[in-house]
Amino acid sequence: MSERTFTIEDLKRILLEGAGAEEGVDLDGDILDTEFEELGYESLALLETGGRIEREYGISLDDDVFTDNRTPRSLVTAINTQLETLVAP
Amino acid sequence: MTARAVITGIGVATANGLGVDDFWAATRVGKNAIGPVTRFDASSYPARLAGEITGFEAADHLPSRLLPQTDRMTRLALVAADCAFEDADVRPGDIPEFDMGVVTASTSGGFEFGQNELKKLWSQGSQYVSAYQSFAWFYAVNSGQISIRNGMRGPSGVVVSDHAGGLDAIAQARRQIRKGSKLIFSGGFDASICPWGWVAQIAGGRLSTRTDPERAYLPFDADANGYVPGEGGALLILEDEHTARERGARTLYGEIAGYGATFDPKPGSGREPGLRRAIEVALADAGAAAADVDVVFADGAGTPDLDRAEADAITAVFGPGGVPVTAPKTMIGRLYSGAAPVDVVSAVLAIREGIIPPTTNVECAPAYDIDLVVGQPRPASVRTALVLARGHGGFNSAVVVREVD
Repeated sequence: MSERTFTIEDLKRILLEGAGAEEGVDLDGDILDTEFEELGYESLALLETGGRIEREYGISLDDDVFTDNRTPRSLVTAINTQLETLVAP
Repeated sequence: MTARAVITGIGVATANGLGVDDFWAATRVGKNAIGPVTRFDASSYPARLAGEITGFEAADHLPSRLLPQTDRMTRLALVAADCAFEDADVRPGDIPEFDMGVVTASTSGGFEFGQNELKKLWSQGSQYVSAYQSFAWFYAVNSGQISIRNGMRGPSGVVVSDHAGGLDAIAQARRQIRKGSKLIFSGGFDASICPWGWVAQIAGGRLSTRTDPERAYLPFDADANGYVPGEGGALLILEDEHTARERGARTLYGEIAGYGATFDPKPGSGREPGLRRAIEVALADAGAAAADVDVVFADGAGTPDLDRAEADAITAVFGPGGVPVTAPKTMIGRLYSGAAPVDVVSAVLAIREGIIPPTTNVECAPAYDIDLVVGQPRPASVRTALVLARGHGGFNSAVVVREVD
């Protein structure tokens, strides 16, 4: 299995596919440190997003991944940490 | 004095028109919109005709945030709600949020959304099912989404009684106006022309299996052989008349003046069905005599036994040929929870224009003593209209709509 990384671009794509974008929110703007709630994503949108990440990357996320990681930057870091443990021997 | 509930805004979407103007331009002249099912391949199903809405692109009207979480019926309802607000010249926020509510009817819920997710469940596994399946196919979802989108946090809910629900919801909205709400959205939308929804409708046993669009849905005709389903519906903004006048409402389309609802006796009892009593209750509630009614918008089930029951009820109240009767839903099919709200729209537009839209394709069977308006629209002075709707399983509802002076 080749090493995969999860980027902000991946997150934006998955957010758009699974939950769309709130009116007046530009995902291409500087959103890394903006909380998901402020970006217009409530718990169901995040549940859907988490499910899509799990499917695409073959990982299983903790139930509290979105309460522990309230911003895109934090989530991207958390997912990458988990992906690294996958490929570690 | 009891508050009068008046209609001040309309949003409508049917196979023969999106928006009030298009809908009425088609309906007043009897433009048929029933045709072969195109939303999926229905060639192997016994019923193959529908009244489909074409040219509706949800993405043109709604933010992308709403698209992954909405069934087609909800998208139509949300856009109709926007249109109704515009028509009423009210913007969300003009009225305090707890003074505005949403009471819609539903028959099917979001079948197409549900089908897609269940298909993923069986073919790919539970982890592929959308998180939005948790509500997107619910009966109450249209009320909920309209409420959220427009910040309406007053009394809200959903009524489920098949076709009758479209009137029952309007009556519930009127109750909330009388209890002090300033504005209530009401009406209904159904849209389940997808394989799963289709099978469910076929199982009801009353769909026409004809393939000629002009010979398939023929209420009160000697050749009646079932009905053709359609998709769509209407949303009405109801306001307390004083509130509406105070804010200078542009149009007072009509008053919801009377309502009656009854339930049929147990099948096989031999007792009279409940529709006549529903009509009488609605007239009494409106303080109207039978002679005051200028037109009846019929339920128009399209099966001989139900047509007979409806014709008998109308004749019992109004006398043989005593009132013009019409079923414009012959143009667009039966819309379930959306059917009666669409008829209420036709009723207020008939009042405004002085014309009764026709029942299309039908020749009234001599066995029915009713004055059915067929073929051509009929000019008439309409001040008071009666709208009838029956739901599968014994629901009967009647609403009296009256001109506002």
